[in-house]
Amino acid sequence: MKISLEHLTKKFPNRNRKEGGFVTAVNDFDFVIPDGKLVGLLGPSGCGKSTMLNMICGLEKPTSGRIYFGEDDVTDLPPENRGVGMVFQSYALYPHLTVRQNIMFPLENLKGKDKLTKAEMEEKVLEAARLVQIERLMERRPSEMSGGQQQRVAIARALVKKPKVLLLDEPLSNLDARLRLQTREEIRRIQRETQITTVFVTHDQEEAMSISDMIVVMEAGVLQQIGKPQEVYDDPVNLFVAKFLGTPAINVFEGEIRNGMLCIGDEAVLKTNLREDRRVWTGIRPEGFILQEDGPFSCEMIRMEVMGRDTSVVCRHPLCEAETVRAIVPTESKVDDDAERVRFALKPFKVELFDWDTRKRIRFETEE
Amino acid sequence: MSERNEFERIERSARTRRHVRLTITYILLGIWALVVLFPFYWMVLTSVKEYGAYNAEFYPKLYTLAPTLANYREAFTAVDLGRYFVNTLIFTLLTSGLMLVVTVLAAFAFSRLEFRGKNLLFTLFLALMMIPYELVIITNFVTITGLGLRNTFAGLILPSVTSVFYIYLLKENFELIPDELYKAAKVDGTSDLKYLLKVMIPITRPTIVTVMILKVIECWNSYVWPRLITDSPKYFLVSNGIQEIRENGFGRDNIPAMMAAVVVISVPLIILFLVFHKKIMEGVSRGGTKG
Amino acid sequence: MSENNRKAWLYLLPAILFLGVFMVYPLLDVLVYSLEEGYNFASQTYRGVGLFNFSYVLHDPYFMQAVKNTFILVIFTVPVSTGLALLIALGLNSIPRLKDFFQTVFFLPYVTNTLAVGLVFMILFKKTPYSDGFVNLLIEMLGGQPVDFIEGPYWAKMTVMSFYTIWIVLPFKILILTSALASVDQNLYKAAKVDGTSPFRIFRKITLPMISPMIFYLVITGFIGAFKAYSDVVAIFGTNLNAAGMNTIVGYVYDMLYGDSGGYPSYASAAALILFAIVLTITCINLLVSRKKVYHA
Repeated sequence: MKISLEHLTKKFPNRNRKEGGFVTAVNDFDFVIPDGKLVGLLGPSGCGKSTMLNMICGLEKPTSGRIYFGEDDVTDLPPENRGVGMVFQSYALYPHLTVRQNIMFPLENLKGKDKLTKAEMEEKVLEAARLVQIERLMERRPSEMSGGQQQRVAIARALVKKPKVLLLDEPLSNLDARLRLQTREEIRRIQRETQITTVFVTHDQEEAMSISDMIVVMEAGVLQQIGKPQEVYDDPVNLFVAKFLGTPAINVFEGEIRNGMLCIGDEAVLKTNLREDRRVWTGIRPEGFILQEDGPFSCEMIRMEVMGRDTSVVCRHPLCEAETVRAIVPTESKVDDDAERVRFALKPFKVELFDWDTRKRIRFETEE
Repeated sequence: MSERNEFERIERSARTRRHVRLTITYILLGIWALVVLFPFYWMVLTSVKEYGAYNAEFYPKLYTLAPTLANYREAFTAVDLGRYFVNTLIFTLLTSGLMLVVTVLAAFAFSRLEFRGKNLLFTLFLALMMIPYELVIITNFVTITGLGLRNTFAGLILPSVTSVFYIYLLKENFELIPDELYKAAKVDGTSDLKYLLKVMIPITRPTIVTVMILKVIECWNSYVWPRLITDSPKYFLVSNGIQEIRENGFGRDNIPAMMAAVVVISVPLIILFLVFHKKIMEGVSRGGTKG
Repeated sequence: MSENNRKAWLYLLPAILFLGVFMVYPLLDVLVYSLEEGYNFASQTYRGVGLFNFSYVLHDPYFMQAVKNTFILVIFTVPVSTGLALLIALGLNSIPRLKDFFQTVFFLPYVTNTLAVGLVFMILFKKTPYSDGFVNLLIEMLGGQPVDFIEGPYWAKMTVMSFYTIWIVLPFKILILTSALASVDQNLYKAAKVDGTSPFRIFRKITLPMISPMIFYLVITGFIGAFKAYSDVVAIFGTNLNAAGMNTIVGYVYDMLYGDSGGYPSYASAAALILFAIVLTITCINLLVSRKKVYHA
């Protein structure tokens, strides 16, 4: 099921009565989620992504704009008539019901011609339980299960009605690190098997990048960028997206274009085809540094962190926005631990420039 | 060496002092337990003493060798104790049941639904908690009399089917249920009423049971309102029945039969208490007062 | 939104209806009654509006007797029951075994029918031509003179009354104080012991301040409850309390309303309002004192 959002906007009355007015949680969202894809809705806390999800689900009504499932306008439909399944951050399992009863709960609400017999329900429940591999836990209660198992039950409950759209709100945030890796593979597998269009919300970019077919980056209620994860990472449209994606994060410096040269402080680090002299935000991905004794860019060395295959060089630069600069280099490369300064050459395609005021991407070519 | 002896001596005397203190504590607690239990023992004892034998005792005996159940027969035949008992049962069940419906619905609205004027209304409700019963009972008496509901169950029950305090207690408990559960139920197409019945009530069952028990105790013991509103023995509750028995029944001196009646009306609550004593005590410490 | 509004009010409707009819309206009505002079219950008419009802009540010797009885009862039972409850709670918290058993036994009076057990008390204390009664026999064994506690001298009647009231209110107070004591952080005691503090000083300086909010809560509710004493008095002395000279303020209100001397809702209202004013004043004084004396965490 394709989901189309047209000029979707949601405003809330301001909680702070003195200030009055409205807070815009989602502002003029306009995009299409293709059928059968797994889409990650990504942004920092409070950026409006949960509001977004609630509107797709039908728990909240948009202030303006329309939502279409396929060709059907579902904007004014209540959740139960939209054919959506939702998994909540805390799983929202009914504590007094067993796994079986929890999964069966949505089926018992069906009325009229959709009403199922007891046997049909049992069968559907078992089918959903099998899909998430919890058929051996059917008589347990939520409090007798691990977080990962609860998560599976929540997914089974969301899937039991065979929804056209599956929505997940921060599905992994309540799990410990090991389970998180496991569960996100699981979500990927289930989505592949069922081919249900799935939207999940997360603030963890790694999570979103690793399993999504498509990611949607938003900030302060505004859509920033949509695309395949790698595309968005390699080609961010603005400084926010560049900074939000990637761990360790991109290093941002105050830079300047002088006579076509990208300069950071006194050092001319890259020759560009930009003719106009201007100040620019300069982003360099950690993997964009090459250790080179006569490299054009130098930093004050702090320490080395060897992490197996790679080594992280932690250093300091006065024009860097952050306290430290992080460069990732292969462990084989020779670094002098005791040196006070370290010199780098830069990989041009790992360097991204952004307008000083609008923070929009400035595209450029390098020249030799 | 002498130092070691000294230490042992101190140790021993401390232990002795501890023993003495504990013994005294146990004795004092035992005495109070006796004071509490004695009236119960006395009423059971007296109720099985033979009428003639009881009246012949100038020095009441602390035991009896010829227990009899004749007084119980007397209690159920000479006055309508059975009817008082059934009346109280009906009154207690209906009042508690209705109160549960009314308070749960109101608590649900306050905790789960959004509507204009919610905070103001809730504040007004809380303010009502300060109003003493004695102030409103006068008009209620007049109202119920005016409606012609004296000597009816409706008249007995209606004024006590709401309790602001229980609404408050239930609301606080309902609010502990996470929001997401409500949203999940909404996604599944659960109506508000069904959510209340199938999710909220089962989850808060311990509190609801506590509220019910407290209300049952209150109903079983209520005296003032039933006394004002009933003068026909057909509608007497046990409290009024016992007062009636005391003043007019059996003849003033049939104490054993009186005690049999007292035992009969005390037993249900004592059984309830013995079964649920943990729950009742927990519930009372959370929000009960006597009176 | 408006649909939500309607639904919410629907859920609230029963509660609002009942509270409106049996709480809010009576509250306003009682003020009206108290000001209507010469109200006739049968014809529902009145002569005029004024403060006569209050002055009548305040000049009624039965009312003054009821006020006196109530005050004696309050002044005697509240401190004694609170102190006794504290002692028992301290005892309960210091014993290693049987704590649950004692707690359960001590709580028993809470769940008993006040009227029914009152009858037992009456029998225990009563002196009849056939027998001096159990309590009097104890007194005689100890070398005293038998007294009729139920129909005898005032002080004797007051003693039974107070004793029964304490017996009735103690379970609640013991329960509250026991759990308050149990919730005091045990590390405080350990710390004090390490410093070599004497047990009495520990009690004065640690235990008492830590449970003082609960003690004051009990004092306040105790005052309010004792001022409303009625059914326990009826249990012992019967419904004709004026004749026994043992009426309470609440009893006076009900007697004015109903019964042989009843039919005067105006006097009843005035008396109820006077009671409310007394209770309110005492509660405010209590709150003021507690603000100064109670330790707030």
